Amino acid sequence: MIEARDLTKDYGSKRAVDGLSFTVQPGIVTGFLGPNGSGKSTTMRLILGLDRPTRGDVTVNGRHYRDHPAPLHEVGALLEARSVHTGRSAYNHLLALAQTHGIPKRRVSDLIDLVGLHEVARKRTGQFSLGMGQRLGIAAALVGDPKTVMLDEPVNGLDPEGIHWVRNLLKGLAAEGRTVFVSSHLMSEMALTADHLIVIGRGKLIADMSVDDFVARASQKVVLIRSPELERLRDALDGPGVSFEPGERRALEVHGLTPEQIGDAAAGAGIVLHELTPQQASLEEAFMNLTRDEIEFATEMEEVVA
Amino acid sequence: MSAVTPTVRIPRLDVTGRIAFHRVLVSEWTKLRSVRSTKWSLVAGFLLTIAFPVIFSFVTRSHWGSMSPSDRAGRHPLDIALAGVNVAQLAVAVLGVLLISAEYSTGSIRSTFIAVPKRLPVLWAKLLDYAVVSFVLMVPAVLASFFASQAILHNIQRLQISFTQPGVARAVIGSAVYVVLVGIFALSIGAIVRNTAGGIATFAAIFFVLPPLMFTLPTSWNNAISQYLPSEAGRQIFALHHAAHTLTPLTGGLVFVAYCVAAIVIAAVLLVRRDV
Repeated sequence: MIEARDLTKDYGSKRAVDGLSFTVQPGIVTGFLGPNGSGKSTTMRLILGLDRPTRGDVTVNGRHYRDHPAPLHEVGALLEARSVHTGRSAYNHLLALAQTHGIPKRRVSDLIDLVGLHEVARKRTGQFSLGMGQRLGIAAALVGDPKTVMLDEPVNGLDPEGIHWVRNLLKGLAAEGRTVFVSSHLMSEMALTADHLIVIGRGKLIADMSVDDFVARASQKVVLIRSPELERLRDALDGPGVSFEPGERRALEVHGLTPEQIGDAAAGAGIVLHELTPQQASLEEAFMNLTRDEIEFATEMEEVVA
Repeated sequence: MSAVTPTVRIPRLDVTGRIAFHRVLVSEWTKLRSVRSTKWSLVAGFLLTIAFPVIFSFVTRSHWGSMSPSDRAGRHPLDIALAGVNVAQLAVAVLGVLLISAEYSTGSIRSTFIAVPKRLPVLWAKLLDYAVVSFVLMVPAVLASFFASQAILHNIQRLQISFTQPGVARAVIGSAVYVVLVGIFALSIGAIVRNTAGGIATFAAIFFVLPPLMFTLPTSWNNAISQYLPSEAGRQIFALHHAAHTLTPLTGGLVFVAYCVAAIVIAAVLLVRRDV
């Protein structure tokens, strides 16, 4: 469980995280979404105590991260930024982490096998591809068998098989009752893995809800209709708050009315309907709608957060 | 990644330990020995510490017959024996800075502080590990230098000096202690500056630029101030004869230790306060 209260972080005059309050629950995968530069990585650093909040507070499993006697058993983290010495082998990197908590060497070998780095474990990580680096980072996050797993853009640089593996890993971790908090700027990725979403833009909370609610809230009411008497139907439906757009193949998109309202109006006017289809926005579209304003800001922010 | 199963199961960890200082010490030791360049730099530093006095001794022996009386008077057996200390201090200082600055340049400091979020145990462990390693390498190196140079110079009576003569053992072992302290000082600077080039430049400024700069001051000021510079105070630990306007070995050593403590305290305060 991760609990943030009014979490705020300024870098100089730039506000990277702005009054974030949210709770990440155990047993489900929570997606942490936002355009690049919206403050996701900063929030994760604040959770881990790498950066100090300007204001507000964040706890993991009931305490500040740094106050846990065995932090690696509480949180396993993969950061987006490079966090490995390029001159050290993957094995020794993991070993040095494990040794701080007295975790046996056997665990290090197990995890290297698990993430598929067995053949390169003794090579210097400076020679690793992006995907290999991600796998090492995931292994590092799991060294302490943590109650909470927090991964920043974990599928970056992975091949399709690796992406599939990470999805299954996340679901498996959540099914075991762990708290799983995963950031991404790719909505489509979250649609496949997350149960719950926390969406931020410009460091502010935009949405904190289930994936289903998120789509329902963010998608506008759009219904696609087809009729031999489209002009008459259009006149029958017209009213305040209702607008129309031409659809494909002589269809009409109606904005601002439910399918029920349209059906009733058509029946009332005696007009035949050939199609009446509620249009659900994809998660991707919902995300774009919610964060449209924030994206222009993103490039500027990235320099601050990097 | 051969296992593409519906769910990936993470093997459970049956033993759960907590952070303890001895564990951080082991972890930092793993880091120190697992970077190839670090290991080889230490070995090279060790070998050069011995090689310089050996070469110096051979050169002195072969030229002794043709040297003027004043040149001969300028040669002191202990200077020859400890000629490698200057190289050693540079190597140990650069590595000391690197031990921490490389963590910042590679980003591995984030992994380090995620594992040990209280941070300070990492600094103590790095200092202790490095002090022990450099001491364990330097003591044999300076002893080997001393006895090797004495053996090479065996037929020059004036350059013979006994290890048991007053002050000689202290100077020889003291030179190793000095190098260890230089390493501690440099590591602290690395932690303060957090940047390899900046850390080495800062160290070089304090040890190699500041002392000659003092000669631009009026002589009375220079005489009063120079002896308290870290490098000058520290060097008294292995000076055999007490020169004018220098501190005694004990006072000099204590002044240098005080500089080290100050650097460590600043490093510790900043380490806890700063974002990474």
